Amino acid sequence: MELTAAQGLIRCLELEGVDVLFGYPGGANLPVYDALHESKIIKHILVRHEQGAVHAADAYARVTGKVGVAIATSGPGATNLVTGIANAYMDSVPMVLITGQVSTSQVGTDAFQEVDITGITMPITKHNYLVKDAKKLPSIIKKAFHIAASGRPGPVLIDLPKDVASEIIKFDYPKEVSLRGYKPIYTGHKAKIKEAAELMMKAKRPVIYAGGGVLSSHATAELRELAEILTAPVTNTFMGLSSFPGNHPLFLGMLGLHGTRYANMAVTNCDLLISLGARFGDRVTGKIESFAPNATIIHVDIDPAEIGKNVRVDVPIVGDVKSVIHDMLSHLKKKDRSDWLEEVQNWKKQYPLIYSREGKLKPQAVIQKLSEYSKGDVIVATDVGQHQMWVAQYFSFMNPGSLISSGGLGTMGFGLPAAIGAQLGLPDKRVILVTGDGSLQMTIQELATAVDQKLPLKIFVLNNSTLGMVRQLQEFYTDKRYMAVHFDFVPDFAMIAKAYSIEGYTITSEEELDKLLPEIMENDKAVVVNCIVDSNVNVSPMVLAGKGIIEAIDC
Amino acid sequence: MRHTLAVLVENNPGVLARVAGLFSRRGYNIDSLSVGRTERPDVSRMTIVVEGDQSVLEQVTKQLHKLVDVIKISDITPEEYVDRELVMLKVNADPARRGEIMQIADVFRARIVDLGRKTVTIECTGDEGKINAFEESLRHYGIKELVRTGKIAMLRGHKATSLEEKRDED
Ligand SMILES: Cc1ncc(C[n+]2csc(CCOP(=O)(O)OP(=O)(O)O)c2C)c(N)n1
Repeated sequence: MELTAAQGLIRCLELEGVDVLFGYPGGANLPVYDALHESKIIKHILVRHEQGAVHAADAYARVTGKVGVAIATSGPGATNLVTGIANAYMDSVPMVLITGQVSTSQVGTDAFQEVDITGITMPITKHNYLVKDAKKLPSIIKKAFHIAASGRPGPVLIDLPKDVASEIIKFDYPKEVSLRGYKPIYTGHKAKIKEAAELMMKAKRPVIYAGGGVLSSHATAELRELAEILTAPVTNTFMGLSSFPGNHPLFLGMLGLHGTRYANMAVTNCDLLISLGARFGDRVTGKIESFAPNATIIHVDIDPAEIGKNVRVDVPIVGDVKSVIHDMLSHLKKKDRSDWLEEVQNWKKQYPLIYSREGKLKPQAVIQKLSEYSKGDVIVATDVGQHQMWVAQYFSFMNPGSLISSGGLGTMGFGLPAAIGAQLGLPDKRVILVTGDGSLQMTIQELATAVDQKLPLKIFVLNNSTLGMVRQLQEFYTDKRYMAVHFDFVPDFAMIAKAYSIEGYTITSEEELDKLLPEIMENDKAVVVNCIVDSNVNVSPMVLAGKGIIEAIDC
Repeated sequence: MRHTLAVLVENNPGVLARVAGLFSRRGYNIDSLSVGRTERPDVSRMTIVVEGDQSVLEQVTKQLHKLVDVIKISDITPEEYVDRELVMLKVNADPARRGEIMQIADVFRARIVDLGRKTVTIECTGDEGKINAFEESLRHYGIKELVRTGKIAMLRGHKATSLEEKRDED
């Protein structure tokens, strides 16, 4: 079959099972859009900014387990993808990005809308390709999807010059890939697994510390089985949230800088820390010397480079979390640990998450009500800031993969496009977005995309007229010398909603929210709820810089 | 401690940038890096000398492995190996001192490769210690220009770090 390379590209995407594609056109990707015109399988979602495309594709990948795909033109189109690519890289999300490029004869000449996007994205992609030979395009695409989805997932970028896209090729899609320099390891080392299992049986005070790897390897059932057989409490990293039921008696919530006191106490006092698909990031460990100081550490991760990077590890196991836990379970017997459990339960009772409900509407109350109303049976997308941490603390997640948020990069502006991607991936699920007045204004133009696609997003803006998280940092680190954290002007988000032909409400009290939720949550209309909340609330507890996680302060 | 890594990579455009970029952004110290073709046209070989303790070396190796274009990494530091570096120097040499300089070159089995009116250009190969000593012994004549290739290395005897042996070593 003879096709242009651009047509070949679209064929390849179809063969890879791509049904939704997020993008924005331009001159350099004209051939690709022309080829897309002919596809009966792929639905193209036209966003309003390329950052919207890449975040939407990211969330689409997170909720569907497929590879997310976004396309952009050369130059500014490509650079607009950069934040989103870095975001996906940090959160290990499988994605393929396709950028247009100026014609090969112009590459390297500072041509109009030329940027070296493969150079720019080298440190934030798993791999990238500049296609110089049209004949190689199908095999490059095959490799790109394979690399993106296997091992520790991540983004792969393909830069396609305009002239190459227009060349005629004989289309032949390879069935298999072979990359001699890339061979992810899935099965854990048998002897190490046995050693780990023995330690688990011997431990008196084990804690399971579960990260995003548990979700990406679909190991949530195995995690639960492991926790229950060991009677080991489970704490989540931010990325790991939703991998363990929020109402489970063994659940400790999130650990780390804004973690629960009881999670941090359990980790600090444990004698065995079982790390599953987590990376001992600095938001989790605080001062590294006082992190799990008395524990033997088992570290299971698919990425060998994560093991031993930040902390010393006693039993390193490279492999897919699901497969490793599965192999571990065969060595384990039900173990009761009532003393340890009692101790942990006492901490839970003694040091619960608390906030005052006096005065103005409290942002935590909004999250708590959303959690209670939905019973956790929704997908929650968030933006970045205090509201994100309150979701982590006060939303009780019941279903794997139900939190969609920017963990590693902390990208304000992720929320709305992510909610769009999530809703397109799961049309039958209720998707809510919890955002801040700062974050929402970073990608607010994507409301138009949501309207285009008739997505029934339920958007809650925790409006404190402030860049709350930074205000909190300035309170503690720069002596309350508040600088550039207060917005003198905040638009009326309910009116903005109306301008986009979406319903908009403004609420200022819990009672109003109680009344509104049954009205808005059950219909299929998009809505923006502008929640005017107290702007002086801090995310508490908080571990100050340089301190151990056990030294958190209430604030 | 210094480690010598033999790294086989795909002979793809950009592979040097990928490796060099990795070292700089992760803050690893490269002493030297040399790269060239191998017995296979599709494979290049880098010899990287990196400074750091065992944990740094472990991270360097693991991070390098994450690059899709990196096929194989061998730390040959603890093995028996031959290593060589080539240096070219242009030394001030008025006719009165040429004799001395040529004698020094002889001692190091270096070769004069060019003569100018007031300079000689000498090439010398050897391991790092020899090259350093050679450079030192010419310094007081005034070295006008100096270029070193960086180290290349190969295991002694029948052992190899080529692709075919991949199975045994990994
Ligand atoms: C793109 C980007 N710029 C800056 C920051 C730094 N930052 C982190 S949180 C935050 C404030 C977020 O404000 P808002 O969205 O209103 O949420 P709030 O903290 O008030 O809940 C800022 C500016 C960031 N994370 N991302």
